[in-house]
Amino acid sequence: MGNLINKGIRADGRKIDELRPYKLEVGILKNADGSAYIELGKNKIIAAVYGPKEVHPKHMVQPDKCVLRCRYHMSAFSTDTRKNPAPSRREIEISKVIREALEPAVLVEEYPRTAIDVYLEVLESDGGSRCAGITVGALALADAGINMLDLVSGCAAGKIDDTMVLDLSDNEDKEGEGDMPIAMMPVLNQITLMQIDGNITQEEFNKGIELATIGCNAMYEAQRKALMDKYFKKDDLNKEQKD
Amino acid sequence: MSEVKRKYVIPGELIVEGKYRPDANVIQRDDKFYSTRIGMAEYGYESIRVIPLSGPYIPRIDDLVIGTVINSSAFGWDVNISSIFSAYLPAASVYGRDYNPGQESLSDMLRIGDLIVAQIAAFDRTRDPLISINGQGLGKIPNGDIVKISTTKVPRLIGKKGAMIKTIEAGTGCRLTIGQNGVIVIVGPRDGINRSLGAIKLVEEDAHMADLTQKVQNLLSSNNDGEELNSKNNGEENGKSNK
Repeated sequence: MGNLINKGIRADGRKIDELRPYKLEVGILKNADGSAYIELGKNKIIAAVYGPKEVHPKHMVQPDKCVLRCRYHMSAFSTDTRKNPAPSRREIEISKVIREALEPAVLVEEYPRTAIDVYLEVLESDGGSRCAGITVGALALADAGINMLDLVSGCAAGKIDDTMVLDLSDNEDKEGEGDMPIAMMPVLNQITLMQIDGNITQEEFNKGIELATIGCNAMYEAQRKALMDKYFKKDDLNKEQKD
Repeated sequence: MSEVKRKYVIPGELIVEGKYRPDANVIQRDDKFYSTRIGMAEYGYESIRVIPLSGPYIPRIDDLVIGTVINSSAFGWDVNISSIFSAYLPAASVYGRDYNPGQESLSDMLRIGDLIVAQIAAFDRTRDPLISINGQGLGKIPNGDIVKISTTKVPRLIGKKGAMIKTIEAGTGCRLTIGQNGVIVIVGPRDGINRSLGAIKLVEEDAHMADLTQKVQNLLSSNNDGEELNSKNNGEENGKSNK
């Protein structure tokens, strides 16, 4: 305790409102209908979207909308000690909250009687992987050409050494006092995921939301850039070659 | 009114503010119009729409599609048309009269695995699309090569009033049948097929660029090493497809 922040600089050298280095890519899997990849700190997550497609098992069919299904899975080699590849309690919970965070953005009524599957495979894990999962999942959905109200961007805030900071790393999450993952639709300015664990006062909560909004907007810009690079960059490249 | 304006957009992005009529892939909030897909937004002439760059094939009535028979039931066939839904081809529409399963066998007409060119006869999203193979150019495909492209690029491959398809057909001596679902059948001499494949690949990769027909023409004539091609390019349009 008390050694996570030193004169406004965190253990990994970041300021309190600074994100870890990140990288986003779209369309990395050939066989998926939509795919994306994110690196956020040590997090490395691949997202694959399949669908809309026919629903199996048949009893899950919704006559008026599509079912969105989500699987968040950590690879056996994604942690320091081997993780049992069977879905754990934690993974099942995260799958559920990610689905609920993405669902408000998808225009489910456009695809009645179908299913859309989102698979998130964590290749290497760090703190804030659910937020990174939401960010990359939304990107893969957009790549799959599914009608969406908005993208969804996720970013966590948290409390370490009695200070609210942005984007907790794994160590800060474990040693710190609180964690607050937030996902939002940045254009609509609506929150689709909010969880809190730890003791956080009203004031700290407000500060946390403020920080997470900054983080989400930064992630949104990265998502936007990744999509633009995949779909429109070739245009510019060819123009340059011509000139 | 004013001329059509274009803009690259991602899901949730504001396209324009003003008085327009929302067309495909656009949602309206107050006087603002937002895209729901990645693509090229077009606005002007009072209406506003987004031409998507990725996404699934959604059947529309009268579309020409190419599909594979995947199953036969008592009164018809199930056909995979590379869409969200599989299509149903009723036997009555193939025989053109009431079909009696006691007297005739469906497998005399079509077998599982057969390729057919069909037209969407009815579809309203509440049920699987109905297709028909009555009509000129429809029915079983006896031979040819098959290639699949993204359904969003089909309009580009056909071109304005079939300009692109005519260019390819004239340049390679092949006949192309293009389904709106992105499946293409090419019939013709072996080396013509190979060159058509190259042209189709070029169209798919550079679908959003200008001067595409010219590029395809250049590709085809360079492949041909100047043999008899360029002069005949514009004159002949025999191998007209069923579009």
